[in-house]
Amino acid sequence: MSHWIVAPVILPALLAPIIAFVMRHDITLARAASFAGTIALAGIAIGLMVMVADGTTHVYRMGDWAAPFGIVLVLDRLSALMLLVTSVLALVVLMHATATGWDDRGRHFHALFQFQLMGICGAFLTGDAFNLFVFFEVLLIASYGLMIHGGGRVRLQAGLQYVVMNLAGSTLFLFALGTLYASTGTLNIADLAVKVREMPLEDAALVRVAAILLMVVFAIKAALFPVQFWLPATYANAPAPVAALFAIMTKVGAYAIIRIHAVVFGPDVPVMGGLIGEWLMPAAVVTVAVGAVGVLGARRLMPLLSFSVIGSMGTMMLAVAAFTPQAMTAALYYLVHSTFSAAALFLLADLVVSRRPGGDLLRAEPPVVQNGLFAALFFAGAIAMAGMPPLSGFLGKLLILDGLRDAPAMTMAWVAILLGSLMTIVGFARAGSILFWKATALAPEVAEGEAGDAKDAPPPGPARAGPLEVAPTVMALAILGLLAFLAGPVTGFMDNAAHQLFDGSDYVEAVLDPEAEVKK
Amino acid sequence: MSDGGSLLPIIALLPFLGALVPGLMIRAGRTACASFTAVPTLAALVMLGTLAPAVLRGEVLQAEIVWLPQLGLTASFFLDGLGLLFAGMILGVGLLITLYARFYLSGDDPMGQFYTYLLLFQGAMLGIVISDNILLLLIFWELTSLSSFLLIGYWKHLPEGRQGARMALAVTGAGGLAMIAGMLILGDIAGSYNLTDILAQGEAIRASEWYLPALILILLGAFTKSAQFPFHFWLPHAMAAPTPVSAYLHSATMVKAGVFLMARMWPVLSGTDAWFYIVSITGLVTMVLGALIALFKDDLKALLAFSTVSHLGLLTMLLGFGTKAAAVAAVFHVINHLTFKAALFMTAGIVDHETHTRDIKRLGGLAKFMPVTALIGTLAALSMAGIPFFNGFLSKELMLEEAAHTGWFGNPWIVPVLATVGALLSVAYSLRFIFHVFAGPARDDYPAHPHDPPFGMWAAPAFLTVLVMVIGIMPHLAEPLVAAAASAVTGDELKPYLKIWHGVTPALIMSIIAVLGGAVLLALHRPLDRLWIAAPRPEAKTIFDGLVGGIAALSRALAEGLHNGAISRYLAIFIAATVLLGYAAFSGGEMRPPTREILPVPPVVAVGWLLLVGATILVVLHHRNRFRALVLIGVIGLMISVGFVYLSAPDLALTQISVETVTIMLLLLALYFMPKESPRESGAGLRLRDGTIALVAGGAVAALAMAFLTRDFSPISDFHLANAYKGGGGTNVVNVILVDFRGYDTYGEIIVLGIAGLTIYALMEALLDGPAGRRLRARPVPPDRSRDRHPLMMVVATRAMMPIAVMVGVYMFLRGHNEPGGGFVAGLVISIALLMQYMASGFAWTQSRQRIEYHVMIGWGVLIAGLTGAGAWLAGKPFLTSAFGYIHWPPIEEFEWATAMAFDLGVFLTVLGAVMLMLYSLSRIARYAGETVNVEPMDYDPSLTIEKKKPEAE
Amino acid sequence: MEIVVASAVGVLTAGGVYLVLRLRAFSVILGLALLTYAVNVFLFATGRLAVNAPPVLNKYADVAYSDPLPQALVLTAIVISFGMTAVLVMFALGAYLEADHDRIDMTDAPEDDGEGDSGSDDAAITAQGENRV
Repeated sequence: MSHWIVAPVILPALLAPIIAFVMRHDITLARAASFAGTIALAGIAIGLMVMVADGTTHVYRMGDWAAPFGIVLVLDRLSALMLLVTSVLALVVLMHATATGWDDRGRHFHALFQFQLMGICGAFLTGDAFNLFVFFEVLLIASYGLMIHGGGRVRLQAGLQYVVMNLAGSTLFLFALGTLYASTGTLNIADLAVKVREMPLEDAALVRVAAILLMVVFAIKAALFPVQFWLPATYANAPAPVAALFAIMTKVGAYAIIRIHAVVFGPDVPVMGGLIGEWLMPAAVVTVAVGAVGVLGARRLMPLLSFSVIGSMGTMMLAVAAFTPQAMTAALYYLVHSTFSAAALFLLADLVVSRRPGGDLLRAEPPVVQNGLFAALFFAGAIAMAGMPPLSGFLGKLLILDGLRDAPAMTMAWVAILLGSLMTIVGFARAGSILFWKATALAPEVAEGEAGDAKDAPPPGPARAGPLEVAPTVMALAILGLLAFLAGPVTGFMDNAAHQLFDGSDYVEAVLDPEAEVKK
Repeated sequence: MSDGGSLLPIIALLPFLGALVPGLMIRAGRTACASFTAVPTLAALVMLGTLAPAVLRGEVLQAEIVWLPQLGLTASFFLDGLGLLFAGMILGVGLLITLYARFYLSGDDPMGQFYTYLLLFQGAMLGIVISDNILLLLIFWELTSLSSFLLIGYWKHLPEGRQGARMALAVTGAGGLAMIAGMLILGDIAGSYNLTDILAQGEAIRASEWYLPALILILLGAFTKSAQFPFHFWLPHAMAAPTPVSAYLHSATMVKAGVFLMARMWPVLSGTDAWFYIVSITGLVTMVLGALIALFKDDLKALLAFSTVSHLGLLTMLLGFGTKAAAVAAVFHVINHLTFKAALFMTAGIVDHETHTRDIKRLGGLAKFMPVTALIGTLAALSMAGIPFFNGFLSKELMLEEAAHTGWFGNPWIVPVLATVGALLSVAYSLRFIFHVFAGPARDDYPAHPHDPPFGMWAAPAFLTVLVMVIGIMPHLAEPLVAAAASAVTGDELKPYLKIWHGVTPALIMSIIAVLGGAVLLALHRPLDRLWIAAPRPEAKTIFDGLVGGIAALSRALAEGLHNGAISRYLAIFIAATVLLGYAAFSGGEMRPPTREILPVPPVVAVGWLLLVGATILVVLHHRNRFRALVLIGVIGLMISVGFVYLSAPDLALTQISVETVTIMLLLLALYFMPKESPRESGAGLRLRDGTIALVAGGAVAALAMAFLTRDFSPISDFHLANAYKGGGGTNVVNVILVDFRGYDTYGEIIVLGIAGLTIYALMEALLDGPAGRRLRARPVPPDRSRDRHPLMMVVATRAMMPIAVMVGVYMFLRGHNEPGGGFVAGLVISIALLMQYMASGFAWTQSRQRIEYHVMIGWGVLIAGLTGAGAWLAGKPFLTSAFGYIHWPPIEEFEWATAMAFDLGVFLTVLGAVMLMLYSLSRIARYAGETVNVEPMDYDPSLTIEKKKPEAE
Repeated sequence: MEIVVASAVGVLTAGGVYLVLRLRAFSVILGLALLTYAVNVFLFATGRLAVNAPPVLNKYADVAYSDPLPQALVLTAIVISFGMTAVLVMFALGAYLEADHDRIDMTDAPEDDGEGDSGSDDAAITAQGENRV
């Protein structure tokens, strides 16, 4: 087995402490190290994508103990994909944080950032339920640190709420795992899949409880109704780059649901009897509604974006809740899309908000310099988030609608998605028109509206955003464009990943492989 | 076939590529910018021209590029008569508009932007008419909405522009979304998203039970786009756009997209009653209503806008009739309307540009000052009125002819009459456009001095007017194009025969009535106008604004009401929902009767239980008195540790007790800065709610625990028991699991600790630099504070305990692998010892005697653990693979070494570092809060004589 | 015995939940502490109960052992929750020092009342300065 599989966890885990205690007084050094690490991570992720391209499931047995007794890392198409998304997103966010100097507004940004990456990668790779808990905690506690990076009253209060909510969630996670172990006697996901599948109907009750409790736990992370309440305050008050990075955190919850509830508690498992889908589908529908309502009603930009994130999670989970390969393909495509569109919007919002006296308040103020550039970028981001062409959002929406065609709650889901995107469009149009168009009415010079070419305009004043500050946002948007352009091959990969996920047999066989040479 | 088709993608792409240029070219001047915009359009037009003959011959050119096969979305294009007609119109008018706009826009408008948007729109529109895949069509469809949004809002500083843009986006966007659903259903029925496949199976589609939903949804898209009643209201507001945009989008091209779509789908969707009634009624109503409103609009552009609405209604109605002749009429009228309406808009633009007003009531008699403009406007308007020898006449005749023998619900009169009324009204407003603007006496109160614009500005409308005349006089010239397009619409060969004189037909009579009536109406305009103004009528915009505003307000109330920052409510909802879901899941499955026999309960256990429960209840009751609550928490923790001992979990007991101690200590230190009491805030109702939730949750958990405690299971842990010694080299199975079987968990666990340390440190840094730091400095010293900060007894005791504690810690660490203990416990024990030193002798004193920096300690801890794990790589083994052996040392009998111990060392260091870093942070707060740094171990040192006793520093 | 443990878990949970739903950060901390106890015991109990059977291998006699795995899990859980509690305490302290009160809800922020901004009239949404960072 290749040691590269564990690298995404170990690399940041070794790098972070060094940054923390060797470079903590030298921001430049820390930046360099952080960049090196993140770039290396991206490289590794690409390598892993190549490894899984042929469809084999790679297993890494921690401590050389055979599953299910030891902990295993499992690398299949899905986890490799998540790793790649994470590392690329991390790179974009890191660029922004460095260019805007966010990373220097508090201590240990880069160390916490690397730890955060470690936690996320670990969660994507692990093949063990309890280990998933551990890495959830790692990424959470790192996110606590990042969330309050820079400090401030409101941010601290919001941070406190974020911590409390997640501690409650973690406690529930343990209850769920306990119930799971008590009823199956194992923790390894593949082993669970086997045991739960073979479980006689007379023993269904306990394991069903475990399954639903786990769903709630993951739903908190994925911000699904009725446990989405924490998200707006958190995202709106987190430092913008962190909020952008959090775009992947919600996906961790989604990934966990996809992994656990598709492999272990799938709809075809007798004791489950489609329990999860029954509850997940309506929850997702309401989540879409909540997101749309929030976008339409928002008075501030940051909450508006946060609600749009909720909405996109709902849209994605609609596809997940169908638990069919076709819908899952759509969900995965949309997952990548929504991650980068959310990131792009938060990064852009940072550039704009930090230049407005009124902050993110949706109120007409004299246009900031480069109003035109920002307007253009915002337009692109809004298009992506609202699911309009030509960016990937539209294709993702079509894929999901198409994938839900045969779902039981098809009509409800379609109405939710379409009405939701209408409200999102209207909400974003309103916000954009107030922020960027109405502003020009208050300004003498309209010529500043020259979209696009503000970059190569004469010497940047202090308030001007340099190319380095704008680049990350543009990169994120470019990724969306690429996602749309290469939709064919990308979706092809997602399709394979989804089938691999639902086939499940090779996952189980690979993990519980009796021929695996381990120490005895 | 495809040899020509291969040009199609290029044609579709050209405008988009071209769109990149103007934004930059603007630096080269407006003319350069305009010409660079014209280039791609011209190129596309030329390519189209090369394809035209084949299409007119009846060929269908196709090209296909695979894009998203999983969805059935291909970038496939095809060009038939209909597509050719529209593509030609889009590119041709686009060219004229480019020229016109060059002169229309003023110097300080960002022209680069304008042309970029214009080309984007052109590309999107072009894509609609030549795409052969309905999903691709949808993409272009939405793109037109977006680009028109940008164009309408082009003058972003004007509220009308912004509002018009958003209204148009909302309405057309909504229609677009409905159409998405309709198209997906359509594709589902047809089993393909390829237009050609869909067109091939109209029968099957009309037969399907999903036909009606699909039809309605798609029509919603078409009607909103083509401003059909009741969605017509956005179009007049879109007139806030610069006139070239109005002329291009809102008369010639975009608003025709809906008509195009209906024509495109004609073979599939038409031919049913649903289609006939929905479409024809909507069309006819829109036609009459639009014409009526147009007659009373004083704003030139508004008049033209409503007349456009009316003519779109006419087209819709014709398509709704569903007959081949009607289709021919529709296609022909598309061409005619394009020519005269675009010309009229440009004329209106010129008038506006030269006189600085569009208010008809302020105009009149312009013929004297701007003869050329007047001529153009008059000819175009006559065509709009449907006067013979102008092309408007021809298609109107065909329309009336069709209307003449169409009946609704068996009534042969409604349609012809209403159609005549519509025609009559359109005559009226057309004549008004002529007489109230150009004719009549010259006035001297124009806002500006009107005169004819430069040639460049009137060239375009003039060209169009020439077309109006030519077609009007020699209609057969248009025949091939109409034939090709109409055949494409209806799906079989048509040979329309266009001529001016059909003999005395009902249509002729109807149009004579229309013309005469129209003239009369205009004569009566003044009184009628007063009547109209007096008459109450719903203002669409206010309704729309009210609607959207209401929804927005509602949303705001909802969103902010739900997410009001009250986390206690979030948690209540979360817990309640969890319990309910858990119950739902539980009740959905069965359960066997208990299989385990219950263990006895000795009295001592009962006592412990009572203590635990009692303490818990007391905590709940007294949680407002924070110190008391902390003490009680300590009791609970103690009871639990005892319970662990009794239930044969020594490791847990050790860990629990030591963690307990440290946690309480930290809480105590933190509490020093916080209020000592919690006020009673929540009302009885709230407490009742929470109490209920709490009891239910507690009961549920207890029941759950009971459920599995009384049932057997077969865990995987037998393997761990069996392999702990020979595989892990330790007899304390729990510890072996921690450092070996599941060492990876432990690795994550110490990382959590390390991060906790860093986070707390970072938090404190941020805190003390901010206002909190200042507030702390200003903090008054609490009166109840002890004068003697470092009591002698405690100092001595802790001093004595230190070495013992260290000994214990080391011992714990070493035996960990085989007996209860381990790095974690060891770390805690030692940190407790240190904590007590701090408490006894003050921070600074201890700090000065302790050399290692805590960051470093954490860092090393995590690193050692990580490197130990990575060390296994050298042996080609996976991460964290342990190795162990035994060394024989003469003095000591047998000494075991295990890599696991190095790992445990990492744990030890991290724990120690993390705990001390937390304390360090707290003590820094204390220092800010004015606690003086003591240099002596104790404030009162008996070894010093009274004289030498230094005063208490404060 | 089982009923003792189960009921203890239940009581701890109930107490914890009640305190978590209070409005002061400190009470919430206490509540989470109780919940942590509850879940630790719960998790430990999943290995089923046994008396005098510590999972420490006895080389000489073969005796019954209690399930070691849940114990290991609980150990990990305890450590993690320790770190979490510490962070939580510091957050609460920080929030208190910044805001000068330790209310956990954020409803106290001055709520601005922008009159319903109609969909197509983008009038400014007024807001009284809510000092944000």
